[in-house]
Formats: sequence, structure tokens, C-alpha cells
Amino acid sequence: MPGITREEVAHLARLARLELSGEELDHFAGQLDAIIGAVARVADVAGEDVPPTSHPLPLTNVMRPDAVRPSLTAQQALSGAPAQEQQRFKVPQILGEE
Amino acid sequence: MADSSGIIRQTAAETAAQIAAGDVSAVEVAEAHLARIDAVDEKVHAFLHVDREGALARARAVDAKRERGEKLGPLAGVPLALKDIFTTEGVPTTAGSKMLQGWVPPYDATVTRRLKEADVVILGKTNMDEFAMGSSTENSAYGHTGNPWDLTRIPGGSGGGSSAAITAHMAALAIGTDTGGSIRQPASVTGTVGVKPTYGGVSRYGMIAFSSSLDQGGPCARTVLDAALLHEVLAGHDPMDSTSIDAPVPPVVEAARNGSVAGMRVGVVKEFRGEGYQTGVMQRFDEAVELLRELGAEVVEVSCPSFDKALAAYYLIAPAEVSSNLARYDGLRYGLRTGDDGTHSAEEVTSLTRAAGFGPEVKRRIMLGTYALSSGYYDAYYGSAQKVRTLITRDFERAYEQVDVLVSPTTPTTAFPIGERVDDPMAMYLADLCTIPSNLAGNAAMSLPCGLAPEDGLPVGLQIIAPAMADDRLYRVGAAVEAAFTDRWGHPLLEEAPAL
Repeated sequence: MPGITREEVAHLARLARLELSGEELDHFAGQLDAIIGAVARVADVAGEDVPPTSHPLPLTNVMRPDAVRPSLTAQQALSGAPAQEQQRFKVPQILGEE
Repeated sequence: MADSSGIIRQTAAETAAQIAAGDVSAVEVAEAHLARIDAVDEKVHAFLHVDREGALARARAVDAKRERGEKLGPLAGVPLALKDIFTTEGVPTTAGSKMLQGWVPPYDATVTRRLKEADVVILGKTNMDEFAMGSSTENSAYGHTGNPWDLTRIPGGSGGGSSAAITAHMAALAIGTDTGGSIRQPASVTGTVGVKPTYGGVSRYGMIAFSSSLDQGGPCARTVLDAALLHEVLAGHDPMDSTSIDAPVPPVVEAARNGSVAGMRVGVVKEFRGEGYQTGVMQRFDEAVELLRELGAEVVEVSCPSFDKALAAYYLIAPAEVSSNLARYDGLRYGLRTGDDGTHSAEEVTSLTRAAGFGPEVKRRIMLGTYALSSGYYDAYYGSAQKVRTLITRDFERAYEQVDVLVSPTTPTTAFPIGERVDDPMAMYLADLCTIPSNLAGNAAMSLPCGLAPEDGLPVGLQIIAPAMADDRLYRVGAAVEAAFTDRWGHPLLEEAPAL
């Protein structure tokens, strides 16, 4: 398996929406490389015939009745919002200015 | 009024019985514990938030209920320390992260609700590794917690605040969560009892998500019976958690009251031994196995060859789920927001917020998970890890054809010094070597004290593992071992801890 480079860490950080400093990139590159080197031993342990396990319980589509129930009020739901306006979450600009 | 130094050293079962009988009031019990927190928590730092008013109000309500002759819950008036990963309506909840600093949840977790319904007195919220990622509580954004046995050493993690709180008699009971060992390893290094119930046994609703296919809440206590009493309060089906098991709770209290291993088949996992295991840990573990034999268990060695790959599989599966679960911290709806000065787009604000709000271990795991799930690597990493998970489950199934429970050391070493592994992730991860397979398979496991390591005088934990939904076996075996060791030592192990 290939080692992980500083450029790859920068790419991963972008994908994960993490703004990292140059110093952090250097530090994490070495550490992630060591961790990935250690965990790569899972590859080729199990044969083609072994099914993957994603979850310990054999559950599919747990449903509940589609009925109206008590829920948080708008005020409660907005109580942790960093910014709000007119009973809505106020967020920074999403689309660029045209 | 009863002697307050006596009150804090009682078991939860004793305290509940005295409150029910009117020998002591719930307010007296709460005040004794709050005074203990005032006296020692500056040194230990187990709590992130002490809810003095809330605790006393609840204690007064318990006393009033008793005076009116109403039926009290089984742990009525018993003071408890709640890991800061469970939401508590009106009480700050941070999960040890700057991302949630100052957040006050608008709702209770199911665990919180059940504790309140059982008349338990919640004293406050305990310190933890950020979002439960760690084995030492050093990854908390709010500073580390000391191990009451030696304040220069780690109390385990991620639930180090919970384990330290009960060890230092600041609370009779505590709640933890266990994704890779975060209840059992802290119990092991503090000489207390911790149980990871069967996955799905305790609701995850309102328990801040780390790795959803592995996370499980459970009890921390100073005795096996206290853990069982708390387990029974927490467990049971919850429609708010689609992975909650809809089946009767295993009879854990009955088992804890009837400890016995006579005629039981106990398997010693061959793979949990060798390089990296401290000599004194193995010595105490071997003595515990010998004790099980003396108590009438049939002890056999079993082999679980895939356990060797469990740690590697875990450090792909858990980070993969982290990278997905923690995407919710986007700085838009709740929690921290950084850089919203009108010059940055929403995406930039999200990146700046996550950079400021997450600590190094969380960032490492998010990137590791992003890598493991990325196109081109998915099959080799995440896909392979999921297959290893199947092999580990099969190893357990094969073992349970021969034995009723498995035993191992809980963690390979005693409490290590604060700072020793904090910037060496692989060394830190080794602390969970013996606990991780149970999370991957979803079965039940307990850690309880089996002595002090001769070389450093620090507690060693014995791990007992039982099949899914056979949690009662943990308590049956644990209670027998606890009784025999207490007999041999002449007192509970915690009495050997130095005064704070």
C-alpha cells in the first residue's frame, strides 16, 4: 500500500472541511502514515467468501407509526444556533456573488 | 445526621436502602458528596460541570416522595456522575470538546431520562476524551483528569472523569460509554467495576455519536451489585433508538446477588498474552484464573486467531464512522461558529469552525476515516476491516461452543503516566487491545479489579466477556470473583487507595 504524503493530507483535510496549518499538515502526515501502515494488515486477511459486517445487529428498516408526536418547539430547536433570524438558522453566504 | 465520611464510602445498594428506610435523607447524601467534590475535585478534575442546584432539588424531591409514602425507584437518592456525552436538558453538555462549549441541550438522552425516573440524583457531568476518542482523558479540551490512585497517572479513557469520580468517592455510581473500551479500561486502571452491555442493550438516543455501530452506554460502580442495579435502570427497549434491542433485559441483578461459577466453563483467550503485557498484570490475571478454578469453574484455553487483527480493523471502522458522524459539526445549527465576519463563505466558515473546534485526535480520526472511505482505498481498507469484523464474530461464536464466558486482562498495563502516550497515537491505541473485539462483535463485557500489580502497586482489571444478551453471566461470574477476592484481601481493593 502506498504511504500517505503531505499533499494527500491536505486533500483529505479539504474533503473533511478542516482548515489545517502547514505545521499541522507535516505533523499529521507522519502520524497518519504510521497509523495506516499499522492498520493495512487487515487487507487480504479474509477471503472473497467472507461477507462484510457493518453492524452487530441483524436489523433492517425499523419503522414506527407515521403519527404526529410532541417535538421540540422552534424556539427550543434554535436555542443552540450561533445566529438566527425570523425563526430560522442564519448562515453565512452559500453562493458566490454574481 | 449520619457521618458524612461514612456516607460517601457506602455502596449504592446500602445508600438506597438507608434512604428508603428513612435512616438518612437524600439531601444529606447529596450534600456529603457535593462536599467531597468541593474537597478533592480541584486535584482530581473528574467533573466538567457540577449541577449543585439540580442535584439538591432532585434530592429534596426524593425525600418528599418518601415522606408522602410514594414508591421510590431502586436507586432513589443515590448520587451519580454522568459522562458529559449524554444530553441533559438545561445542563451544559460538551462531550469534552470546544465545539460544544456552552451548548445547553433542549432535551434529555434516554439514559438521562431513565436515571431521573429511577430517582437517581445526577451530581454533574464528567470529563472525557473529546467525543470519547482516547484512552486517557488527556484528549479533553478542558484539561486532563488524575487517577485517584496516583494523580500523575491517567484515569483511563475516554470515561476517565466517571471512573475517577467513583474511585475518589465523589459519586456512588457513574455512567460511561464504551466504543472500544472506554468503560472497561478506566474501570481497570482505577480498581472499579465497569460494564459494556450487549450492543443495543442501552439506548443511544441523546448519547453524542462517535462510532454508531460500536458505541454502547453502560454502568460504572464500585461493586458488581451496584453495577447491576444501575444496568437494570438503564437497559431496555427504546423506540427512539432504532438499534435498541426489543427483548427482555437479562436478569443482571438476580445474577449479581447469586454469584457462582461452579460448573461454568471459562475460556482463557490464548491471544491476549505476550509482548506488550506488563508482568504484574499477567501475574494478577493468572491468579484470577486460578481462583476461578478453585471456585469450581472448568477453565480451558481457547484460541481466537482473528483477534490479532481487531485493533487494525477497529482503527479503520471507528474513524470511518467518525468522519461521517462528525460531519454534523458544521458551525451552522448549534455549537461553535468561527470566521463568520462577512468575508467567508459558509464552506469556509465550516472549515474554520472545525479547525478551531476539534482537537488533534479528533482531526486525526476524521482524516483517517475520510482516507479509509475514499474511492480507490475503500475496498482495501474499510471493506477489508468489515470482513475482519465477521471473522472476529465467528471466533467468538466458535469459542462459545466450548465455554460460557471468556476471560482476559482488561488492558495490557496499569495506569500509565500522564503525557507518556499523548502524541504517540499507536501506543495509545494499544490500551484497547483486549476490549475492542467485544465492540466489533457487539457482545457484553465487564472489567472488575483482580489486585494490584506488584511492581507499581496500581490496580489490574479482569475482563469477563459473555455472548450477546447473556449480560447476566458477567454478573454471576463477577460477583463470585469479587466475593472471593474481597475475602482474600480482607477488604475491597479500593480501601488500599491513598487518601487524597
